[in-house]
Amino acid sequence: MKQSYSLNVNGTVHKIEADEDMPLLYALRDDLGLNNPHFGCGLAQCGACTVHVDGQPVRSCITPVSSVGDSKVVTLAGLGTPDKPHPLQAAYVEEQVPQCGYCINGWIMTAAAFLRDNKKPTDAQIKSALEGLKCRCGTHMSILRAVKRAATMMG
Amino acid sequence: MTRIEKPDAFSRRSLLKAGGALIVSIGAPVTFDIAQADDAANAAMSVAVKPALTPDQLSSYIAVNADGTIAAYFGKMDMGQGLFVAVGQIVAEELDVPFDSVKVFMGDTATSVNQGGASGSTGIQEGGRQMRVAAAEARRVLVQMASDKLGMPADQLAVANGIVHATGDAAKKVSYADLIGGRYFNIHLDWNGKYGNPLYAPGKAQPKDPKTHTVVGQPIKRQDIAPRVFAQQDFCTDVKVPGMVHGRMIRPKVAGAVPLKVDEASIKDIPGAQVVWKEGFLGVVADKEWDAIKASQQLKVEWSDAKPPFPNQAALYDHIRSTPSRKREVEGKEAGNVDDAFKTAARVIKAEYEWPFQSHASMGPACSLVEIKDGHVTCWSGTQKSHFVRAGLAAILQMPQDSVHVIWTPGPGSYGRNDADDAAMDAAVLAKAVGKPVRVQYMRNQGTGWDPKGPASIHQVRAAIDAQGNVVAYDFLSKAFSRVDVDTNGSKPYDTLAGQTLGVDLKSGDGFGIPSESYSFANKRTAWEVIPPLLDRASPLRTSHLRDPVGPQIHFASESFMDEVAASLDMDAIEFRLRYVKDPRDIAVIKAAAEKAGWQMRPSPRKDQTGDKVSGRGIAYAQRSGTRVAMIAEVDVDRRSGKIWVRRFTVAHDCGQIINPDGLRLTVEGNIVQGISRTLWEEVKFDNKNVTSVDWITYPILDITETPSQIDVVLINHPEIAPSGAGEPSSRPIAAAIANAVFDATGVRIRRVPFSPDNVKSALS
Repeated sequence: MKQSYSLNVNGTVHKIEADEDMPLLYALRDDLGLNNPHFGCGLAQCGACTVHVDGQPVRSCITPVSSVGDSKVVTLAGLGTPDKPHPLQAAYVEEQVPQCGYCINGWIMTAAAFLRDNKKPTDAQIKSALEGLKCRCGTHMSILRAVKRAATMMG
Repeated sequence: MTRIEKPDAFSRRSLLKAGGALIVSIGAPVTFDIAQADDAANAAMSVAVKPALTPDQLSSYIAVNADGTIAAYFGKMDMGQGLFVAVGQIVAEELDVPFDSVKVFMGDTATSVNQGGASGSTGIQEGGRQMRVAAAEARRVLVQMASDKLGMPADQLAVANGIVHATGDAAKKVSYADLIGGRYFNIHLDWNGKYGNPLYAPGKAQPKDPKTHTVVGQPIKRQDIAPRVFAQQDFCTDVKVPGMVHGRMIRPKVAGAVPLKVDEASIKDIPGAQVVWKEGFLGVVADKEWDAIKASQQLKVEWSDAKPPFPNQAALYDHIRSTPSRKREVEGKEAGNVDDAFKTAARVIKAEYEWPFQSHASMGPACSLVEIKDGHVTCWSGTQKSHFVRAGLAAILQMPQDSVHVIWTPGPGSYGRNDADDAAMDAAVLAKAVGKPVRVQYMRNQGTGWDPKGPASIHQVRAAIDAQGNVVAYDFLSKAFSRVDVDTNGSKPYDTLAGQTLGVDLKSGDGFGIPSESYSFANKRTAWEVIPPLLDRASPLRTSHLRDPVGPQIHFASESFMDEVAASLDMDAIEFRLRYVKDPRDIAVIKAAAEKAGWQMRPSPRKDQTGDKVSGRGIAYAQRSGTRVAMIAEVDVDRRSGKIWVRRFTVAHDCGQIINPDGLRLTVEGNIVQGISRTLWEEVKFDNKNVTSVDWITYPILDITETPSQIDVVLINHPEIAPSGAGEPSSRPIAAAIANAVFDATGVRIRRVPFSPDNVKSALS
């Protein structure tokens, strides 16, 4: 049974009709046309679909749309813009991180929440915070350089 | 070896005619302000209507826009290594225009000729070579046009920033834009008649002397990173067209089974859900993506009672050993008389190595959108070979190739012939069946479970040693599943799941390979044999190309074995290699890696360690199509847990002329991390019914907590040597370097990949 939901995404409230068990990912991609969270596994194993829900990184591929309620959802597109980039976005460009780039949402959205809450992290803390995220192209060394660069920028 | 075939026909439609479709994907690449040629000579060299899109036309590669910017049309595409930057640098260099004024359009069948797609690390080696001669010819023609216009001999003209000027009088000048902007070159090239990677069509111009290069060799950054991090760039998964529906495919639980009964009523509660079933092909479509997914999971299907087609996984290597070979090939010239040399050897060293099936396991499962409208087919795909997919779509839809347009759009990762071409064909079959544009994305278990696999293999190696400790004979044999059960592209329905499930006749190929090195043993034979696939049709274990196809397998064996021989002779592993390796560039990369890593000469294994935590170092080296690479792994091994940490990797890399050092460095770094992953973790799991490694838990890859603390890449630049590839060569020695380091640390030789903790623990016990 399809029901009506209001979703607050990147500061705008959208109304959609969806099954209650439909994951948030499909609402964002198909109903709202926000292409940035990607379908990678549908199993919360890779992170390609990561968005912030009330500031916390969440795997939108297994988050039922009915569970989001009034929470504020922010996607990669809502994190920063070319004019006002989030430090991680600036660092990603500077370090030329991605190869295919399909995994970006997981790393940046997870690292953004981590760096917000952890100033001056050690390398081990950064790695631990990003554990489990997948990048199949093997850009991990660049990812770590970018997160460390962003950490420095964020003081 | 591989069965790349010529497409039957190429579009003769002009770009102008195709322009409507182009705008959908990439915007008009040429600004069509049709200028009037102002003299007869220019009229002969330029035309207002684009000549046929054929490999023998300069206009098929290079165009000058009305504003003087350059469009470069490239029949290959970038898989994330920044190839388009390097090609832009080559074009800018030869044309004497600023790098920023060049835009490279990749892999669109309406604007490029078939240069082979992303294939065999030939993006620069072959594709860049062609773009270089095309750009050089364009410059020659433009200078000639300027000569006519300015009334000066061409040898008194120079070019800077796209402006041709007199060498003695900078005021006498004319710009590329004024000469031809908005018109097309009408220049015939000397095409070698080949399509794909070997396509070559030079003009009369000689490219520049590399000593004069100013753009080539610079670390210019990729411009496509920012659009990705600001979520402004569409992947092929993001493309939508009006009226589009979502498709999902349904695969059998027992490989080889086909649907006998499909209960359409079982999904009747799902809005718009529709079944597409023909023979073994079974899919669903629905207006909404989530509905299509639910329908694919909810549909009740009765499958045929197929005999489980596979051996149990534990019997895989015995199966390879005991199955009669379908084809044997001794590649290269056999040196001396190997069999006789072994008869007189003082002693013989032998070893056997094993490599499992591996999955592309791309970051996202493949996706494609196909629209069939008014007799024309448009396909958006992340394929590595759009021109070949065009041929495949034409064949499966029974439409002329001229009516098929494949728009390459970056996909969710690609490392060879992954599931992308299968998705394009499935989308086409669904779109034709339902009469609507269909976007198909596979589910994760299909992306990892049903992609074409890298082949499993065994490698039997022996060396004959004389009384003085010299290697007098070497015999290397791979026995394996073919690397091309399905071809490296989807140009033929029999090479795709759609074709195979629809029942087309099969033609599986035979191919493997041999070590690529320069060890000079007096008697030497390198050969391969392949066995038939376990299941001939629609198999989740069908093989095709995965990054550096068969390179990691073969060089795991050959370079581990060199270490075994060195250790047996109580020689340092590098000293041993330098004694037999003859190619000067090979020697140079080995020495460069050793120097950077601070290699201390001594035999392996180390004898100075006790306790559970030990460390070691290992070297391996290889060539690949002209490129040389040597690498040293430094590892920590926890004997108790079996866990290996590759702490540091040092790579020395020589691919001739370096076009972009930063792009090259990042490419090599990615290969190293992916290669460590394939070595430590990756193995397709299966039972007798199907592949059982279907997600990131069952098909684990290297985690960021396991990445090296340091990867040093030493780039050796040879501007005087034409560039060879870099996308894959550094993939091949990784496993051996790690195995050799583990041996150095533990004294135990691991001869089977992956080196997962369980496997290592059992090897050490």
